[in-house]
Amino acid sequence: MSLPKELRYSEEHEWVKVEGDKVRIGITDFAQSELGDIVFVELPEVGEEIEVDEPFGSVESVKTVSELYAPLSGKIVEINEDLEDSPEFVNESPYEKAWMIVIEPTDMSQLDALMTAEEYQKMIDEE
Amino acid sequence: MADLKRTPLYTVYQDYNGKTIDFGGWDLPVQFSGIKKEHEATRNAAGLFDVSHMGEIVVTGPNSEQYLQKMLTNDISKLTINRAQYTIMCYENGGTVDDLLVYKKGDEEFLLVVNASNIEKDFNWLKQHLIDGVNLNNISESIAQLALQGPKAELILQKLTNTDLSEIKFFRFADHVTFSGINKGALVSRTGYTGEDGFEIYIDHSEAIALWEKILEAGADEGVEPIGLGARDTLRFEATLPLYGQELTAEITPIEAGLGFAVKTNKEADFIGKEVLKDQKENGTTRKIIGIEMVDKGIPRHGYEVFKGEEKVGVVTTGTQSPTLEKNIGLAIVDIRFTNIDEELEVQVRKRRLKAKVIATPFYKRK
Repeated sequence: MSLPKELRYSEEHEWVKVEGDKVRIGITDFAQSELGDIVFVELPEVGEEIEVDEPFGSVESVKTVSELYAPLSGKIVEINEDLEDSPEFVNESPYEKAWMIVIEPTDMSQLDALMTAEEYQKMIDEE
Repeated sequence: MADLKRTPLYTVYQDYNGKTIDFGGWDLPVQFSGIKKEHEATRNAAGLFDVSHMGEIVVTGPNSEQYLQKMLTNDISKLTINRAQYTIMCYENGGTVDDLLVYKKGDEEFLLVVNASNIEKDFNWLKQHLIDGVNLNNISESIAQLALQGPKAELILQKLTNTDLSEIKFFRFADHVTFSGINKGALVSRTGYTGEDGFEIYIDHSEAIALWEKILEAGADEGVEPIGLGARDTLRFEATLPLYGQELTAEITPIEAGLGFAVKTNKEADFIGKEVLKDQKENGTTRKIIGIEMVDKGIPRHGYEVFKGEEKVGVVTTGTQSPTLEKNIGLAIVDIRFTNIDEELEVQVRKRRLKAKVIATPFYKRK
């Protein structure tokens, strides 16, 4: 189970990577392995506003639909269009090729509520 | 997850990385190596399924045939010994109690194989309508069922038995089949729930683990894989085989579900539901189950509503991305006015209405 140290993690199994005044968001290796083969990713559009803890899209495996919850509030500035044709990237490369959105957060201090890799590891061990 | 039921194979799931879920009160593997991989293995080589949760009810006695003719929609007077038949049990209003297989073991002995979630309901329904000269025995707990499905199924299973499996034609069976290294005999039928060739094997639960391991060992070179419920569902769905609780329910009749071939309204015997089903067969139904394919990007799922313009005209019974066809397809029960091939419909996928069209079924047929 891969858990890059430099990322922050949400209780809903999203990862967050700070890139200057923007953040990149995806789902964790643990999440993809629990979901199984991902066959569809639904993302919002560039320019939309998302709210912390509110759903902003979904990932679908063969069997299930799972909502994606925003780890931070902000405005979408980029989405990963490759996932439309290659949803399997989520299984193959959850932290690299399968980043989902980039946002301009409204309040960077919301990052403080997210977990470190160690804390996230502890949470999934307890599940 | 208190008191989930387990099959005799429960203890070996973890040896094959099985991930279990609560499936109608049973702790069963949803997947082993991954749904897509398992699906492909079954289509191209062979898959081994633990379906021991299915129920087995034995019907014996001199009036068994007469009794089953009353309870079931298909015509078992046409069934000879060592043949099986797909059939349906209905309520008076035509709604479905269950769909099942009936095996004719002797003139006065039949085996009914019913859905796991319906065992108790079926048994009670059967008991409620019992007639003299018939005995019912629910032997579900003592019987394990393995299914070996796929183009390599016969080749693999033949390695373990002297019974000539090629002699067991589609929907026939042999009883007391012996397998090397297995202590008790099994009933083996050429039946299944995947759209592929293959067998269903009924054996005493004490032999289940040994037989499971023997089959996986015998089929290793052919690429046999253990298969979970996830791929079982995608396989049966592509072949457009109904799942009780989705395509068939107490509210959906077998005629609406497109299973008229198993409803013999012309058989002499009266059967429960005959009046309604005969009328539906002759005069048509107000809705029926059809295949749909998404035109817009999105996946139809069980329970999603179907629209024509602003009017709600149906609901999706099963939907997924088909691993074999790589299309987002579904089965839906829809107002009869909108069921012609190529009819344009919309499916409510969460917040959005997405375009879909009616397509022919079955989605998949083996070559």
